[in-house]
Amino acid sequence: MSNFDNIWQSHKTTISFTIMALLLLFVGFNQSWALVLGIFNLCLISAIMALGVNIQWGYAGLFNVGIMGFAALGGVSVILISQQPVAEAIEVGGFKMLFALLLGAITIVTGVLLNRKGYNKWLIALVVIIGYLATRYYFSNAADLIEKVNPAKTGYLGGLGMHVMFSWIVGGLAAAGAAWSIGKITLGLRADYLAIATLGIAEITLYVIKNEDWFVRGVKNVAGLSRPVPYEVNLQNSVWFQDMVSWFHSSSLELLPLADQTAQLSQYVRASSVIFVKLCYSGLFITILVVMIVLANLALDSPWGRKVRAIRDNEVAASAMGKDITRQHLQIFVIGSAIVGVAGALLVTYNGIFIPTSYQPLRFTFLIWVMVIVGGSGNNLGSVIGAFIIWFLWIQSGPMGLWFVEMIGNFTEEGNIITEFLEDRVHFLRYILMGSVLLTVMRFTPGGILPEKNKEL
Amino acid sequence: MAYLEGTNLVAAYGVVPILHECSVKVEKGELAVIVGPNGAGKSTVMRVLLGMLEATSGSVTLDGNDISMLSTQERISLGLAFVPQNKNVFPSMTVEENLEMGAFLRTDDIKKTMEEVYSLFPILYEKRRQLAEELSGGQRQQVAFGRAMMTQPSVMLLDEPTAGVSPIVMDEIFSNILDVRDAGMAVLMVEQNAQQALNIADKGYVLVSGRNEHTGTGHELINDPEVRKKFLGG
Amino acid sequence: MSSDSIDIINAFALLTNFVILPALSYGSQLALGALAVTLVYSVLRFSNFAQGDSMAFGTMIVILLTGFMINQGWTISGIPTALLVIPVAIIGTAIYLLSMDRLVYKFYRRVKAKSITIVMASIGVMFVTGGLVRFILGPRPQIFADGERFIFSVREFKAFTGLEQGIALKTSQFLTVTIAILLVAFVFYFLQKTKTGKAMRAYSDNKELALLSGIDPDKVVTVTWLLVASLTTIAGALYGLDKGFTPQQYHLLLLPIFASVIVGGIGSPLGAIAGAFLIAFSEVLLTYAYKKFLIYLLPLSMHPTSLVQLIGTEYKYAISFMILVIVLLIRPTGIFKGKVLVDE
Repeated sequence: MSNFDNIWQSHKTTISFTIMALLLLFVGFNQSWALVLGIFNLCLISAIMALGVNIQWGYAGLFNVGIMGFAALGGVSVILISQQPVAEAIEVGGFKMLFALLLGAITIVTGVLLNRKGYNKWLIALVVIIGYLATRYYFSNAADLIEKVNPAKTGYLGGLGMHVMFSWIVGGLAAAGAAWSIGKITLGLRADYLAIATLGIAEITLYVIKNEDWFVRGVKNVAGLSRPVPYEVNLQNSVWFQDMVSWFHSSSLELLPLADQTAQLSQYVRASSVIFVKLCYSGLFITILVVMIVLANLALDSPWGRKVRAIRDNEVAASAMGKDITRQHLQIFVIGSAIVGVAGALLVTYNGIFIPTSYQPLRFTFLIWVMVIVGGSGNNLGSVIGAFIIWFLWIQSGPMGLWFVEMIGNFTEEGNIITEFLEDRVHFLRYILMGSVLLTVMRFTPGGILPEKNKEL
Repeated sequence: MAYLEGTNLVAAYGVVPILHECSVKVEKGELAVIVGPNGAGKSTVMRVLLGMLEATSGSVTLDGNDISMLSTQERISLGLAFVPQNKNVFPSMTVEENLEMGAFLRTDDIKKTMEEVYSLFPILYEKRRQLAEELSGGQRQQVAFGRAMMTQPSVMLLDEPTAGVSPIVMDEIFSNILDVRDAGMAVLMVEQNAQQALNIADKGYVLVSGRNEHTGTGHELINDPEVRKKFLGG
Repeated sequence: MSSDSIDIINAFALLTNFVILPALSYGSQLALGALAVTLVYSVLRFSNFAQGDSMAFGTMIVILLTGFMINQGWTISGIPTALLVIPVAIIGTAIYLLSMDRLVYKFYRRVKAKSITIVMASIGVMFVTGGLVRFILGPRPQIFADGERFIFSVREFKAFTGLEQGIALKTSQFLTVTIAILLVAFVFYFLQKTKTGKAMRAYSDNKELALLSGIDPDKVVTVTWLLVASLTTIAGALYGLDKGFTPQQYHLLLLPIFASVIVGGIGSPLGAIAGAFLIAFSEVLLTYAYKKFLIYLLPLSMHPTSLVQLIGTEYKYAISFMILVIVLLIRPTGIFKGKVLVDE
């Protein structure tokens, strides 16, 4: 027993990643490789998000409850950067919208400046209200015009038509900007203010995205986003890919009569093209994840990182530095949120469609948190393994629950009330499961699966 | 055996040892003072006597009964009262409510004790409807003292009651403490102002790094040349 | 409405019906929730993210019991059955909250965890609670109000006063405001005048000194959860009677409730109530379309053509957050100077 314990203690990173890989392989052999790669890619994206959150929580104890908001900002960036501009919409409403937004900006700046100069509060309020009303008038006018342009297909301004990879960076920057303004307001106050503020900003971001159709089409979704990897159809038609597939399957193909070979090959090509595309994504995501982990670990070992840890581990001594802490927390908050923004952009790119209603603020925010805590807060590899385990559990527990209910159903009559009730509700048990996992890990193994190594006692 | 007695107390904060076999005792109607340099473990002795910090070894007895295993609350109900050095009032409650809270465990009529407190500190009667946070430092100290008296304790433990008050207020507080002692209470006090404290003490303990360095009556200690040289600045 | 004259009385009636009454009852519901958050915050020292879902939990019990009572025919005509079952629902909620305290929060109190750790635990509790409610009741809307819908309806009011604009007083609005006033009065009396209430305040003020005064922390915590359970269940039931129930809606109530608490001054019960009404009135006033109102007040030539709505209804929940941000920028301590601004 203690022997086993020793092995675990000294190789837990290797062991846990190996077990995870075996689990994925098991699903691959039993279900399908396309499915397992789908899970794997989402695990990778979750891992990047979890990494960003882990930097905030593990390095600085910052509690970000608005992860989905930052991720959504990343998603929006994909549209604004990579979609083709809608010329007609820009013609009818583009400049009007620009004018309205400028007016809004001028209002805010004037209000702030007047306030700094110490003018009468009522005067400032009056200026702001008039400015707001004017902005709103031009704004709704412009929005109407834009939304009327071919609403079934566009009805929005479109994007800049640039390469989609560029949007990943922009997504990070957008999230960083939002984080900076929230951090400016709430860091330095009570720690839970940040939590509440991030929750609020996430909700508002999503309200704006869902309701401002002229912006990113609202709940009408934006489909057919451009890709950084080849399309399946193009692959299927390209000679080199067909050659590669036939070479790969040559042994099994040779067994078939010549007449069936072509049909079988085209079937292989179709299946392989799906897998190939997913593998391309995997490659991209792995590269990004590895680069980020390396950078994060380098940063943590730098003088800056030592200062960060010193502040976190000894708040009493650090509180003497007062202002410095707030600034440092702001840096960390911005960096972490930027990573979440990048992950959000990757997610939308991977899905190829932007669905605002799929951002359930607390639900997925919470999943990421479970990943960080279960994996081991403060340990970057920990959040990666946490992301894999939790996403795997989340995806697999749905079918498993249904399977379980069907098992019960086999013993009961058709239309049994209890079985129908369970079939309808079983997926909500996942919330209870995840909540319990979080609470249990926090309570009994607060270090998670891979606890932070260099944490001082 | 003395009324309250801590014998061979050993205690630590985490892995940092604070007390090494330290002993103190105080009789009813007696004022004992613990003095010593910073970090000597003076306040820790109080915390151990009160059960707010668990001793690794040693025993605490009250009136001959071992109370080492009792919780803080049980010790309070047996007659121990404690005035911490800071954060010793309920800031957002009125003076009167502060005193009421002192008498929380009592089920009998508390009016008489409250009158006693008010006669000892007339200013508190005037300000009884004011919030404690609105009072001056010295007045707050009086509220803290009064709150402890409301339990009708047999032992009063005071942690640096004169910290941060003016010399005039300090004299006043010391005279209050003597009044309490003369009423028959056992008083154990930790003091930074060693000279003045030993002057009025019946018994004194000089604590150095968690050990009893010198013990004696107040006057003995004041007149002890070694104590004078080391702790009383000549 | 066709007249050119200025009609202040009808304008006021309109405003009463569509702004003042709804905002008053919404404010009362928020106030009860905010008071619960304040109590947990003051005594247990953490922002309870599970408040919205706890309200859903309490309301769930009310809904289930109401259904049962109506099935059995155990109703009193004219009175919403939900009111009759509230006491039982409070007991149920109290048992649930107390077990969560024993299972989850007690440990963190014992090890003196940072408040942010307990906040995270409360998010775990939030998910378990939300999951339970959705599992048992399903995610769909529930209506559980029965009895008389109106104290007086628009038609009755018009007939009685002869005004063009009617005012309706919904039973749920009347009950909300009345019960909220009684409950808040009780909570304040309890905190200010009873020995247990004072002990709670003492414990919230200075934990260590409370221990030294012989106050039993376990008892204080238990009493706090009992009060929280009452406030939570009643707030949830009243909100549901007024606006219907969906788990998601209750979950989202967290934002306006937190905003109320912080705007009022965190830790201050009076502040929580003031904050709640400020938030409620802002939400309703900013999303109300003033077109009709202005038509009554302005001469024909100045009648507005647009809705004259300051902020679209879809941003209702965002308003509370915007107010929160403004308050944090201008006066982070809130209206009634809250106690703790930075972590201890």
